[in-house]
Amino acid sequence: MFSLLRSMWLVFLHMFHKRDTYQYPEQKAPLPARWRGRIALTRDPDGDERCVGCYLCAAACPVDCISLQATEDEHGRRYPEFFRINFSRCIFCGFCEEACPTYAIQLLPDFEMAEYDRQNLVYEKHDLLIPSQGKYPGYNYYKIAGLAIKNKDKGEAEQEEPPVDIKSLLP
Amino acid sequence: MPIINIDNIPYEVKEGKNLLEACLSLGLNLPYFCWHPALGSVGACRQCAVKIFKDQEDTRGKLMMACMEPVRDGMRLSVNDSDAVAFRGHVIGWLMTNHPHDCAVCDEGGSCHLQDMTVMTGHAYRDYHFSKRTYRNQQLGPFINHEMNRCIQCYRCVRFYKDFAGGKDLDVFAAHNHVYFGRQQDGTLESEFSGNLVEVCPTGVFTDKTLKQHYTRKWDLTTAPSICQGCGLGCNIIAGERYGSLRQITNRYNGAVNGYFLCDRGRYGYEFVNSKDRIREPLVVHSPDDKANGLPVLQHVRNRMKPGKVIGIGSPRASVESNYVLKELVGADNFYIGIGETEHELVRLMLKLLQEGPVRSASMQEAAAADAVVILGEDLTNTAPMMALSVRQAIRRMPVEHAISSIHMPAWQDAAVREAVQDDKGLLFILNVVETKLDELATGVYHTAPDNIARIAFAVSHLLDGTLPEVTGMSEEGKQAAATIAAALRGAKRPLVIAGYGGGSEQVIRAAANLAWALKQQGADAMLSFTVPECNSMGLEMLGGHRLESAVDAVLNGSAETVLVLENDLYRRLDLHTANQFFNHCREVIVLDHLHNPTTERANIVLPAGTFAEADGTLVNNEGRAQRFLQVFHPQGAIQESWRWLLQLADLCGHTSLRSLLHYDDLLKAIAAQYPVFTSIDTITPPADFRIAGQKIPREPHRYSGRTAMQANVNVSEPKPAEDADTALSFTMEGYRGEPPSSVIPFFWAPGWNSVQSVNKYQVETGGSLHGGNPGKRLLEPNVNGQTKFYTNIPDPFIPVGGHLLLVPLYHIFGSEELSIHTPGIAQRMPAPYIMLHSEDAHRFQVAAGHLLYFMDNGHQYALPVVINDTLQKGAAGIPVGLPHMQVAEAPQLVKI
Ligand code: SF4
Ligand code: SF4
Ligand code: SF4
Ligand code: SF4
Ligand code: FES
Repeated sequence: MFSLLRSMWLVFLHMFHKRDTYQYPEQKAPLPARWRGRIALTRDPDGDERCVGCYLCAAACPVDCISLQATEDEHGRRYPEFFRINFSRCIFCGFCEEACPTYAIQLLPDFEMAEYDRQNLVYEKHDLLIPSQGKYPGYNYYKIAGLAIKNKDKGEAEQEEPPVDIKSLLP
Repeated sequence: MPIINIDNIPYEVKEGKNLLEACLSLGLNLPYFCWHPALGSVGACRQCAVKIFKDQEDTRGKLMMACMEPVRDGMRLSVNDSDAVAFRGHVIGWLMTNHPHDCAVCDEGGSCHLQDMTVMTGHAYRDYHFSKRTYRNQQLGPFINHEMNRCIQCYRCVRFYKDFAGGKDLDVFAAHNHVYFGRQQDGTLESEFSGNLVEVCPTGVFTDKTLKQHYTRKWDLTTAPSICQGCGLGCNIIAGERYGSLRQITNRYNGAVNGYFLCDRGRYGYEFVNSKDRIREPLVVHSPDDKANGLPVLQHVRNRMKPGKVIGIGSPRASVESNYVLKELVGADNFYIGIGETEHELVRLMLKLLQEGPVRSASMQEAAAADAVVILGEDLTNTAPMMALSVRQAIRRMPVEHAISSIHMPAWQDAAVREAVQDDKGLLFILNVVETKLDELATGVYHTAPDNIARIAFAVSHLLDGTLPEVTGMSEEGKQAAATIAAALRGAKRPLVIAGYGGGSEQVIRAAANLAWALKQQGADAMLSFTVPECNSMGLEMLGGHRLESAVDAVLNGSAETVLVLENDLYRRLDLHTANQFFNHCREVIVLDHLHNPTTERANIVLPAGTFAEADGTLVNNEGRAQRFLQVFHPQGAIQESWRWLLQLADLCGHTSLRSLLHYDDLLKAIAAQYPVFTSIDTITPPADFRIAGQKIPREPHRYSGRTAMQANVNVSEPKPAEDADTALSFTMEGYRGEPPSSVIPFFWAPGWNSVQSVNKYQVETGGSLHGGNPGKRLLEPNVNGQTKFYTNIPDPFIPVGGHLLLVPLYHIFGSEELSIHTPGIAQRMPAPYIMLHSEDAHRFQVAAGHLLYFMDNGHQYALPVVINDTLQKGAAGIPVGLPHMQVAEAPQLVKI
């Protein structure tokens, strides 16, 4: 009996509280940074594409809505030739982000993607690529990987010794 | 059979194996790197440690390398012992200290043995935080990509490349923790088997460069069991597709055929499937007054088939099915074998000898077990590359057998056995018109003309069996050669005689058969192997048909007007003049083919035919083994199997028997019923309604990605996946997840084993046959009862004729095959046209290397730059066969210079 009255009293008090309802769309809800919304492809600190076309996000995707083709530039740097997400299938589970070894693919706090035509929910690379590092600033996969690319030769990655001189007889 | 106790469970294992093999054969997971079923053990990687206990009382035990310990009855060991597990984890940890952070950009990823073993040992996080060693890479040519940072020093690459395949230009350099696996300097890897490094190397050091151009992970490929189209050996392959193009060829283990390996023509020759020269839609040439415009293409074909005036030309690179349907459609009387005269005579003779003779045709696996090999008139490395690899194994194995009995070592003790064998080689005799790559291994080499080769072989037969005719008028050298060979062959238990199309001589083939028969008569378990030019040469010959020359006659004399050409470029079969004349006289030419070529240019109607990747079909290899290739993917456009085009045409024409063949299985049954030689052809693979647990076998692995996005740019609503009504396989990832029957394995995968090493899980024992037997059905068995009809006609010796040269064919692994040269890397390694002369002949005709030599053949003048080679028989001239722009001059033949 007491708890019943107490509950009614608390509900009554709420009439005098500040409203929790946002007057969307006039008013936007503040979303936490880890909110799993629209997916973007981010760039590394040098402004280059982060995605290396490793296909891990595509493999992790439970609804198989990511498809891409890897290719590489003349210096051996890998990047996706095309990168497509079919958002009409995406369930925003965030597995792709979790699988990505380069922090390239990230889910952003943005959910305003509604379309009248389903076909418009198919995003290509130029729709996905953003000029930002997203949630993980500072990470540059190619600075750690052993692959040589333009402006980073063998032995120039982090924690790498210069290339072995295989003709050397020194111990 | 010995019983061993693994983790206190007794298992029966096979004698003579090592513990690693025993564990893997039992289906246990034990990590390893340096051991390879075909290469043996060296104990270099320390990855396969297990704990071995002295007896039941021993609780401490000793860590030992499983790959170095033979099985002994009653032995006790533990795979799961905590020390052993920790040790294996540490070993991976050490191997990984210098390993780059590359998986995301590494082509091996997803089919990487190092990844698999890392996960298997549990050492999945790096705990080493210091700097890493780095290397510079090398340019290794168009086939292999090199990324040396990823090496774990297992030595498999050099052991395969040098010891197994006889390559000379890959080695290990430098010292201590700096060892480097590569070439002495940048350059194309010379071995014809270099592509196997991709599969042998457990890491991403050596990867497939053609795959890199359109890189796809293994889990994203739609794959199907297939058969190599590169030569007549029929190696088993897995072909993989993504986004409508063929991406990669990998080995499909077949214990009786190619084992673990492929040659580079087979592995890399696939790119013609994606060529821009592909015919993707039917093409019809209309005359201005043709009112039929807009009709379905087959209606046009039917309209142009004038009853009683239609002939069909088959092809040795089309499947048995396609050739059969064409033969039925036009009638056996009007079906012509689409190959040149010489080739036809040769293959027909080989087939006859294998069917009627008492000696069995050798599979490649049997060839590798021979204890003496005689090669007659054949440059195997270029005409049947994987057979050359088998011969190399035979030569390697023979001294090993002697050594292991004296040093009491099992054959898998690779390093010790190699030490004991040193440079000893088995018995190999090569008789060829010019030097070959295998010469370096041979006990005896004789370079002489085809007729002389036949004479020496006849002489050897006579020496073995005095009742066979003697060869008179032999040169001293010839006599000596015959005596040496005969002496060596006398002790052989499993001698192998190899001959084939490369020599271009019927005499050599007869002599080879005679020799093998004589050996058989002497009680040896002799084997015979004939090489054939194309992937279905044998199948076409079994089906039978008239000579191509009579087709030309039929058209020239007007008894035939419409010609149906099946997957065949007749400009490669007939000389330019004859081919032009032929086409000028045809009223209608209807061609089914994959690529545009000179023949399709002469066609009035072209129908797009599916390649091996887009079709189901059966091929018969040189051994007489019928093998099935299954469609990999559903092609865009109107491409379909030739046999399907022809069946649809037959339906339209109201052909009585072909009309009733509604399904692929019906077609197979019809062939089996009609041709006794093809009796078992319908049982090579399970029928289309075959199901395991009610399910089809998926062509795609369960991790296949992108299904709802790959075509979303075209239409966001996914189309219905293609259905396969012809076979037990499905084009999707849905279906039975377990092990399929051996003949329809689309890919090798097992839990925890993503790389090609997972083939262990599909074998009865490591290196043994697949579960349920190796795929394919042998259609040829020797005729053991009955009198052997030895040949007694001995050819006359070859004598050079003044002013003339004997043209002999020379083959090239990269260049002589029609389709593979559409791979840019193969085209790059193709030689330029030439004519090869002995320096004395060059002197005689007053030409030097690089000069043009002119000669007349059949009223046509040829001009070819001269190459000098003094191992060539004097009076002979070698010309490369099959190179594009190399107009056909039939070889061998005598031409006037
Ligand atoms: S996982 Fe990351 S790097 Fe790999 S393909 Fe996806 S977005 Fe690119
Ligand atoms: S070799 Fe294997 S473990 Fe090493 S980077 Fe490549 S995929 Fe990764
Ligand atoms: S290159 Fe590959 S096969 Fe050769 S030693 Fe290194 S890891 Fe082993
Ligand atoms: S040997 Fe012949 S069948 Fe085997 S892979 Fe090479 S080309 Fe193909
Ligand atoms: S596999 Fe046993 S030591 Fe390498």
